[in-house]
Amino acid sequence: MSIKQISVFLVNKPGTLKNMTGVLAAHDVDLRALSLAETKEYGIARLVADDTFHALNVLRDADFVASVNSVIAAEVPDEPGALDNLLQIFAEEDVNIEYMYSFVLSGEDKSAGMIFRVSDADTAEPKLRNKGLRILSQDDIAQI
Amino acid sequence: MERYYQKDIECADRASIQAIQDERLIKQVRHVWEKVPFYRHKMEEAGLTPSDIHSTADLHKLPFISKDDLKDQYPYGLLGKPLKECVRIQSTSGTTGKRVVAFYTQHDIDIWEECCARAIVAAGGTDEDVVQISYGYGLFTGGPGLNGGSHKVGSLTVPTSSGNTDRQIMFIMDLQSTILCCTPSYAAYLGERMKEMGYTPDQIPLKAGIFGAEAWSEEMRTDIEKTLGIKAYDIYGLTEISGPGVSFGCSAQNGMHINEDHFIAEVIDPETGEVLPDGEYGELVFTCIDKEAFPLIRYRTRDICYLTHEKCSCGRTHVRMSKPKGRTDDMLIIRGVNVFPSQIETVLMNNGYAANYQIIVDRVNNTDTLDVHVEMTPEMFTDNLGEIQERQNVLVDDLKSMLGLKAKVTLVAPKSIARSEGKAVRIIDKRKI
Ligand SMILES: [Zn+2]
Repeated sequence: MSIKQISVFLVNKPGTLKNMTGVLAAHDVDLRALSLAETKEYGIARLVADDTFHALNVLRDADFVASVNSVIAAEVPDEPGALDNLLQIFAEEDVNIEYMYSFVLSGEDKSAGMIFRVSDADTAEPKLRNKGLRILSQDDIAQI
Repeated sequence: MERYYQKDIECADRASIQAIQDERLIKQVRHVWEKVPFYRHKMEEAGLTPSDIHSTADLHKLPFISKDDLKDQYPYGLLGKPLKECVRIQSTSGTTGKRVVAFYTQHDIDIWEECCARAIVAAGGTDEDVVQISYGYGLFTGGPGLNGGSHKVGSLTVPTSSGNTDRQIMFIMDLQSTILCCTPSYAAYLGERMKEMGYTPDQIPLKAGIFGAEAWSEEMRTDIEKTLGIKAYDIYGLTEISGPGVSFGCSAQNGMHINEDHFIAEVIDPETGEVLPDGEYGELVFTCIDKEAFPLIRYRTRDICYLTHEKCSCGRTHVRMSKPKGRTDDMLIIRGVNVFPSQIETVLMNNGYAANYQIIVDRVNNTDTLDVHVEMTPEMFTDNLGEIQERQNVLVDDLKSMLGLKAKVTLVAPKSIARSEGKAVRIIDKRKI
């Protein structure tokens, strides 16, 4: 049930991120979430798209090196302490977070989404779900 | 069973080869003395006349000609026949950016194409094969040379030229091409692309590849052979001497047979010009003994290799040259250490990466710096920055043990390294600018 994230290698030069988003835009890929991790010379853009395989194909055709991996997307209610509660659950279930980033969920309740990269998304997910976390599926992502 | 295009000459005994060379050399020296003032001046300067050359044993007396001479004599200074008898030129940009223009009579084209035909047959080619030529056509000799050779063998020739990878793959699969001719780096790229598209080696109809025009390592050969399911053969040549087919690999895959009935090879010490014995690395020098329009005598190729007259298991008797390990002008001296691009290629291949790299040498505060740019590949990439940095560090360590000096490794975007006529620009030496 985990969702697919695409990681893309980018060199730290002016315009490289724009090149990537340009390719995606030209092929009507809708981004749901995007985050960047970088060193001085290069970085990784991580993104969640409405259609993962379409996005991956257009990026590779445009000569980007990109890979796909599973991440957990969880809903975080718009209330004080929500993220803290959520991280508490991860701690209780002994799920180690490699990195996380947030994205916006539409809807009236103004809740946010968080993407978590954990060492093993498939075993972590049922544990988190049992604790009452609302975990988003690939379909949920496509429909945002 | 080994097959030959011209068995009589390819497997001739040493004495016959010697006799052909002696006769043709004497004739050629007389020819250039009469027809090319440049040669006459050079010989006069050395105190020589054609009557001093009795056999190949006298070859070492003749002066060398260098790439700079070609530049000075550009375009017509070395012509050995009236233009009226010339039917073609081919041209190449030297590493220094100066163009070389070589001329051919119909006889010269025939010799060249015959050499390529020998290479194709040595790679198993027959008139039943489909030979796809993915070398560039045009001024570059790769496409036209192999094209002519393939015609002579009677193979079905598919002149795709270079580039347009998806179309290349379509032709390989649709026409069931059996022999692929291109640069080794392009073969590696085609292989990767076909693998990505889901083709397994046994689905790919190719059985052999004839690869040349740039340096490649044994690791790269193994890699290409595995992904495409072929046997990979070397071919060597240079526009100045004719083009591909000056020498070619055989079933032994251990050096390339030089077509000695047309070209005499010597290996010299690049510093002293002294001729070196078999087995010693030095600069390769060629003398064209029966070319008419562009008859180079003792031309210094700048390629570093060695020769061997040892018997080859394929039955051919012509001398073999090792795959050049670099060029005298590619050989970089960095902090007093000799560095060849092929060593860097080997490190990358050993780590399972494509050899897409560029070497940037500079001098900062009177110290040479070596920066190796490596194009990111799917094999090197992970979603974890720390792991990418770890892989980068492994490359730094491996380069240090291979080269004996510390290099910086910079990861760059795929396909971002500049290419010139299909060949990647491997070296940028800013110390010279
Ligand atoms: Zn042989």
